[in-house]
Parts: sequence; structure tokens; C-alpha cells
Amino acid sequence: MMDIFDIYLLEAIVNGILLGGLLALLALGLNLIFGVIDVTWICYAELVMIGMYGMYYMVQYFGLSYFIAAPLTILLVAALGALLHLLVIAPLLSAPPINQLLATGGVLFVLQSFATVAFGIDFRNLGIRLPVLQFADMHFSYARLLAFAAALIGMVLVYLFMKRTYVGTAIRAIAQDRQIMALMGVDTRRIYIITSALGGALAGLASCLLVLQYDIHPFVGLSFGPITFLVCVLGGLGNFVGGFVAAFVFAEIISVGGLFSDLEWGYVLAFAFFIVMMFIRPAGLLARRS
Amino acid sequence: MTLRQIAPWIAGMIALIALPFVYRDPYHLHILILILIWSFAYTSWSMMGRFGLVSLGHGGFMGVGAYVTALLWNHLGVSPWLGIPVAMTAAAALALIVGYPCFRFRITGHYFVLVTLALSGIVLQVITATRDYTGGSLGYTPDRTKGSHLLALQFDDKVTWYLIALGVWALGLVIWRWVDASMDRYALEAISEDEDAAAAAGVNVTKEKLKITLISALMTAFAGALYCQYQMFISPDTVSGISVSLQMVFAVIVGGLYMSLGPTIGAIITILLAEILRIGFGTRAVGWDNLVYGVLLVLFIIFLPKGILGSLVERLRTQRKS
Repeated sequence: MMDIFDIYLLEAIVNGILLGGLLALLALGLNLIFGVIDVTWICYAELVMIGMYGMYYMVQYFGLSYFIAAPLTILLVAALGALLHLLVIAPLLSAPPINQLLATGGVLFVLQSFATVAFGIDFRNLGIRLPVLQFADMHFSYARLLAFAAALIGMVLVYLFMKRTYVGTAIRAIAQDRQIMALMGVDTRRIYIITSALGGALAGLASCLLVLQYDIHPFVGLSFGPITFLVCVLGGLGNFVGGFVAAFVFAEIISVGGLFSDLEWGYVLAFAFFIVMMFIRPAGLLARRS
Repeated sequence: MTLRQIAPWIAGMIALIALPFVYRDPYHLHILILILIWSFAYTSWSMMGRFGLVSLGHGGFMGVGAYVTALLWNHLGVSPWLGIPVAMTAAAALALIVGYPCFRFRITGHYFVLVTLALSGIVLQVITATRDYTGGSLGYTPDRTKGSHLLALQFDDKVTWYLIALGVWALGLVIWRWVDASMDRYALEAISEDEDAAAAAGVNVTKEKLKITLISALMTAFAGALYCQYQMFISPDTVSGISVSLQMVFAVIVGGLYMSLGPTIGAIITILLAEILRIGFGTRAVGWDNLVYGVLLVLFIIFLPKGILGSLVERLRTQRKS
């Protein structure tokens, strides 16, 4: 009995790591935007949802192969991100931060109901069922393995972009001091748009990966949106490394907690853990104590 | 308040009380009741919102209020007269558990919004997860009694409900007035401008914030319970979750955040808008109302951040001065 239990536990732990990769990807996008532009996109998970519909229509209706549709979706959501910045955030840059946040809440409404109106409330899926990998009595879906690998590659690419290119350096500099960089001859408006597009592209990548695991419906964003926000707050908003660590901590709690009961209870457990952590480390997991 | 100031309020109240005895079209009364209940909920939200404490967790409080009342009635046969206070206490406890660390450790602005956002998401998850008891996302119906029943807080005629909702709505305005006239208001205004400075001036920041949060959560849970008793059907989407929280924010922003009647104006506009869309488009309207809400919310925040009532009053004042 104990042996079987351990196998399940191990399987849950590995699945938690796989889930953690995806959460880390989502958290990276949000953190990037927060760190540079100082706004939180409440509608981030809804951008992912639109991307998932994009994948669905490209693959199912236009018969594109998954690997052609994926880059197109990433471009689509990146464009959406830039558009979101131009239409909603840019006019509000000098407004109180809360207004920017609530405006993206309005965008959440718009995207959800747009999906309801345009695509209906039926559950859809790509119809691609990847095989399941069996290893020492444990089962892992290829969809998750692929998602984990692609998420890691995506994060490494963003890291290289930030460290090796001029634009990346400018983005990091703006994250450190918003006012002074404009004086140093950096066009902040351009950098903001690039950052928004980059954040959108990360959401697009996430949607390409999530579409393999989840059914698509207009409210699918609600099933991973809140947890992404928790990850970002626990890691410290704008703290990339903190978000990365927190993503894996949360994913493990959800996965191992879900082992004992439904997955929803894993979320509840994660939230309880989050409240406790706020008492212990209110400024984020990796923040220095003051 | 002098008599001159209070007179229009009293006259308005008398007119509102007299209304159902003169005019009793059930459909219009139904819309009025909904407006009054939601106005009360929106007023509860702006209790906090007006002091810069933007919470997206109120969907959670409303869900707790509605579901605890209904669950106690169905499973244990506890009358809503007892169930509603229990539900309100539960919501207050939830507010305390989330609010205390937030305020104690200075979690403000974005952080606070995201934490409360997660709270309403989690309440939604719990309701869905306990589907054996709550019916999950399919919704839940309190057991009906035959006809009107005072103990079960179930009434068949709309006039009774209208008067109850009117009373509760007026209570919300009285609480607003009471907070407005108290010292806490100045403390909270100071906190919303500069927390450190307020603390240095001797304001107990954590205590003041907790106080207003508890008042707000209690009222919101009450609104949820009332909505449940009136509609006799609740589902996670209509009383809890992020969309309900955002709906509150939207209505208040449209109406005007800093005025006592702002949330009411917001409720009138949003509910009428939804009804007009529903009548105009029929079942095709599913989703359209929220689409219009969302676009309006963004436009309002960009162009009219003080809301309709707030901007009107401001315009009148500047005209009077010049």
C-alpha cells in the first residue's frame, strides 16, 4: 500500500514541476509588464484565452498544422498586447495606478464577453490528443512535458533578449528608473510598446501550450488567472526570480494537494498557504527583511 | 444636517415608499427591487473604494452571504433570520483573515487588488468544489415554503420585497452618512493620501482599515443573502467570483465613487442597460451586456473618472462659482 502511495506522490510531484513551468511563464509575462510599465494586466489570463481560440480556429477551421499555427498565435497575442497598451494603458499613464488596473479589468469583461458573443459558450478542444508517457508505473502526458520544455525555452529566450540586446538593456534600465531613462535618450513610449508586445507574446506562447491540456471556453482564464496573480504577489511583483520560484512552490501545492481530493481543493490549499506566507513574508518570497 | 438639507431626502423617501401602492406593475417593481438590492451592494463596495481600498474580493463576500444563508436553510433548516447573521459573520471572518495581514504588513495598491482578486476567485473555486452541497456551477435554490412565510423570509408579492429592499437601501445610505460624519472618515482619508504620514500623525492605520473593511464585508454579505432570498436562485457566476467584483467596481465608477448616491446611479444605469439589451436582443444578448459594460468601464476610467454623478455635481459647482 505504501509503495503505491509513494508512486502516486512522486507522480504528483513531477506533474507539479511540469505545471510550475507554465505558471512561471505566465508570471514572467505579468512581472515583465509590471516591472517596466508599473501596471498590472488583470486581463492577462483572458489574453491567453483569446490566444487559445486563435489556435483552435487556425487548426480546426483553416487546417493549419499546430507548428504553423503556434507562431501565428504568438504574433496575434503580441499584437493584442501592444494594442491593449496603446488603447487603454497609454492614455492612463499619468492617472492613479488603480485606474489603470481597473481599466484592464474592463478589458477582462470585454474579452470574456467578446468570446461569448463571437465563439459561444461551448467547450471546444483542438482534437489533438498526445500520447501518455509511461515510466515506472507513473503516467505523464506528453502535452505537459512539451509545455514544460517550451515554457523553459521561452523563458530562456526572454532572458537572452533582456541580457544581450540593446532593447533588452533599455527595458531593464527603465524597470530600474522610469524617469531618468527618458533623459538618457531612450524612447520610453517605444520601449513600453515593445514590452507590452513581449508580455503578449508570452501569453501567446502559454496559450499554445495550454490549448493542448485544457478545453477552451470563454471563462477558461478564470481557472488559471487568479493563481497567476497569487504567484506574482508571493514572488514579489516585478521580481522575476521570485515569480519563478513561487510558481513552482504553488504548482507543487496544487498538484500534491489535489492528490488527496479534487483539484479545486488544491487551489484552496494554495490560497491558504498564500495567506500564511503573507504573515511571514509580506513583501514577497525572496524579499529581504527590513 | 439642517431641516433644509434633510427635507428633500424625507420627501424622496416618502415618494419611494408610496410608489408601490400607487403603481404595481410586477415587472417594473421587479426591476426596482433589483436596482435597490444591487445599489446596496455597490454602496457597500464604495465604503472601502472611496478611501482608495480597491477590493476585487467583494464577489467573495457576496457569495459567502448568499450561499451560507441558503445552505443553512436547506441542510439544517435554520431560518434566514438566524442564517443571515451567521453568513455575515462568516464573511466578516473571511475579511479579517485576508484583511489583517494585508493591512498589518502594508499590502496596498496593486498587491491589495491582486490579493482580493484571488480571494473572490478562491470563493468561486470552493463553491464549485463542494458541488455535492452547493450544486456547483449549476446553481442552487433554497427550499420553497408554500406562499409567503415570514420565518423563511420568503414572500410571494413584490410589494413586500420592494419595501424590504427600500429599507435596506436606505440603511446603506444611513451607514454611509454615519461613516461620513465620523472621525474615522478623516483618518481614512488621511490614510488614502499618505499612509506613513497618517501613522505619524497618530492614526492607527491597521485598525481604521480593518474597521471599514469589516463594515463593507458585512454589508456585502447581507446584500448577497437578500439577493438569494429574493431571487430564490443563486449560482457562482451571479453572486461570486471576479466578474461580480468587477461589476461592482464598474457600476460604482460609472455612477460616481465619492457621492453617497453614486453607487445607486450606477446600479440604475447598469441594470437598465442590461434589461434594455435583453429586451432588444433577446437570447442573443448573452454576453452583449458585459461587452458594453466593459467598453463603457474603460471609456469612463479614461474620460470621466469621477463618474456621471460626480462629474455633473462638479460641473454645477464650477458654474455656480463663476
